[in-house]
Amino acid sequence: MSLDNKTAAVKMRNITKRFGPVLANDRVWLDIYRGEILALLGENGSGKTTLMNMLSGIYFPDEGSISIDGRDVVIRSPKDAFDLGIGMIHQHFKLVDVLTAAENIVLGLEGKLDLKAASAKIREICDAYGFEVDPNQKIYDMSVSQKQTVEIVKVLYRGADILILDEPTAVLTPQETDRLFAVLRNMRDAGKAIVIITHKMHEVEALSDRVAILRHGQFIGDMPTKKTNAQEMTNMMVGHAVTLNIDRPDPVNPKPRIEVRGLTVRSIDGILKLDDVSFTANSGEILGIAGISGCGQKELLESIAGLQPVEAGSISYIEDDGRREELIGKDPLSIAEMGVSLSFVPEDRLGMGLVANMDLADNMMLRSFRKGHSLFTDRRTPKELAQAVVQNLEVSTPGISTPVRRLSGGNVQKVLVGREISSAPTVLLTAYAVRGLDINSSYTIYDLINRQKRNGVAVIYVGEDLDVLLELADRILVLCGGKVSGIVPGRGASKRDVGMMMTKLGGRADE
Amino acid sequence: MFDFVSFIPRAVMQGIPLLFGSTGETLTEKSGNLNLGIPGIMYVGAISGVMGAFTYEQSVGAANVNGFLAVAIPLFCCLLGSFLMGLLYCFLTVSLRANQNVTGLALTTFGVGFGNFFGGSLIKLSGSDVPAIVLSATSSYFRRTLPISGSTGWFGKVFLSYGFLAYLAVVIALVAAYILKRTRVGLHLRAVGESPNTADAAGINVGRYKYAATCIGSMIAGLGGLYYIMDYTSGIWSSDAFGDRGWLAIALVIFTVWRPNVGVLASFLFGGLYILHMYIPSGMNLAVKELYKMLPYVVTIIVLVISSMRNKRENQPPASLGLPYFREER
Repeated sequence: MSLDNKTAAVKMRNITKRFGPVLANDRVWLDIYRGEILALLGENGSGKTTLMNMLSGIYFPDEGSISIDGRDVVIRSPKDAFDLGIGMIHQHFKLVDVLTAAENIVLGLEGKLDLKAASAKIREICDAYGFEVDPNQKIYDMSVSQKQTVEIVKVLYRGADILILDEPTAVLTPQETDRLFAVLRNMRDAGKAIVIITHKMHEVEALSDRVAILRHGQFIGDMPTKKTNAQEMTNMMVGHAVTLNIDRPDPVNPKPRIEVRGLTVRSIDGILKLDDVSFTANSGEILGIAGISGCGQKELLESIAGLQPVEAGSISYIEDDGRREELIGKDPLSIAEMGVSLSFVPEDRLGMGLVANMDLADNMMLRSFRKGHSLFTDRRTPKELAQAVVQNLEVSTPGISTPVRRLSGGNVQKVLVGREISSAPTVLLTAYAVRGLDINSSYTIYDLINRQKRNGVAVIYVGEDLDVLLELADRILVLCGGKVSGIVPGRGASKRDVGMMMTKLGGRADE
Repeated sequence: MFDFVSFIPRAVMQGIPLLFGSTGETLTEKSGNLNLGIPGIMYVGAISGVMGAFTYEQSVGAANVNGFLAVAIPLFCCLLGSFLMGLLYCFLTVSLRANQNVTGLALTTFGVGFGNFFGGSLIKLSGSDVPAIVLSATSSYFRRTLPISGSTGWFGKVFLSYGFLAYLAVVIALVAAYILKRTRVGLHLRAVGESPNTADAAGINVGRYKYAATCIGSMIAGLGGLYYIMDYTSGIWSSDAFGDRGWLAIALVIFTVWRPNVGVLASFLFGGLYILHMYIPSGMNLAVKELYKMLPYVVTIIVLVISSMRNKRENQPPASLGLPYFREER
């Protein structure tokens, strides 16, 4: 059966949604079909999540109409959406931490509370689709991928046959992603309609049957995935032609800048987070750090920045003239003054580095408020800096006096990275700098990082997308369970080898 | 020898208002509303009941009060008064999303003032020569105990010597614990307090749960005020007599780690600590007595220290406690 003679499960017509002065969706048309995976694409802030939130009852459209299976409907609340068979898996999981999986799954349903019967039904669903969920496990004991599984089981439990997934792979490892995709394909073949929001082009190409593209809240077009390619989709998303190659200029005159020897770090609970890690980061070079999430990346960067108590080992900062200075034992402020800059983007983006309720200019001031000897703080320089960051990095914001929490994720990250770079660091530590960013913003960030590299900055880049690491980094340090699994040159390394090193110390495949 | 047979009933009677207050506040906090207006609401509950009883006694004369009406009228007035306070709190914090702490403290100030103002007016109306209202006729019905309680020795004294409101407090606390733990309504309420946007996305009407839990919680807390006047003080209202028991009730919520069933024994313990100074011979040195009065608060601080050291997730306050919720917040 071809796509054309299917009837749409969902028809959204002329959907408009405003947030104050911001037009988040502008007369959007969208059709969703059963037995098909639709990839919804667009830059950060283009209104994808907003549009889907209106379908799942979180937001209410200002204008426009929605019909399900040809019947006009009004979705006033998430409950209405469930009743229509619409289930959404949000980017930030909607789970109650202190409840068990089963309790979360039956949350909001009617009738007598019978967790035993619920658990049995959950096991049934898990068996049918190949999930593993322990109904009695508490959410706070779960890994991100387990939580996501609970979310998916939750919508299936309610009998949803229109599933929306908002950036489901952002926090998953490649293996977990593969497993998720297999499940999604199963569901599609079972006749469910699936919408997936993602920024990763290779996922769109691997998974989806059709793509729909939004730009600045407007619907640009849709087409079968087979008839398009990453370049065309990106051009449609951005609105003009972009080049999809990451630059990798050769390092200019690299000299050792940071030397780490035998670094060992334990978490507060006494768990070994880093075990005898040694490496050198050179100026004018990007050192990529690869590893499954939670393998000590965060601790490594925080040790260098002075935020993490260290059990053993040394971290030396080497100046241009060869003088060495030990960083361990120094406080974060004096390390930052030496030119070591940390731009760490945690999972929630705002957790470290920016204050959500403060505006752009004030967030710039977080780095500079100690400067000067006057009783009053200097407000002009941060304001100018904020202006410059907004202009240079194309941050889309109503103004520099907007609280950071109102910006979309990508723009928040641009502000953070922009501020860190502006302090002219000699060492730039960055983690997950492009997490959740659309392709255009990601390239802006890569470009920024490359510019720093050309200026002779030693960049340590913790990334989660191996494809990008392989294209961007000069050398890649692979961490596995807190140990150095190996250091490979970025040029010529194969994704497979690095992937093996991530999962197995030393990494050579047994074949 | 420490006289337990007379100490325990005193401790229990002292604990009952705290039990009402803490059960009400626990339900409220489970919905994510930190209602610091509880002390004021207990005052309003008390004075509303007093006003009802006063009007009734005055209209028919203290000698011919009907037993049923003497209980029902103050009870209804008390529930109505504290319900309205809860409704006001919800309207401000849930519908208008005002700051919960400020609203709660304002309600406490208001409630205490409201109680003392109308209490003062009633004292004037009654033309009494002591600054108090005496409602002994009404109180005698509230204090009525089982006839066998006098003839069963120490057992009757310790377990059967209380008015019906005391047993009601225990029943309400146990029922509240059961609802929270075992029923769907309880599960939904906990979800609302932990993560309102999760609850909302699951199709739970967050506003309705917050309103219901807070208003019901206020009504339960208001009964604590009524019990204090009608039973504990034998129907005598005087200004500020209720004291800081409302705050102690809020401390009790933390002490019981948000479990009303634990609250039953904990409130008796608090009640005991509250009056311990009367049973410990301290001579004429009043300073020592004051130190003993600190005990309930010291115990609360110790519990706070221990429970945060153990750091168990289930023992933490509801995660969204004190935060307003708006679905379309960005």
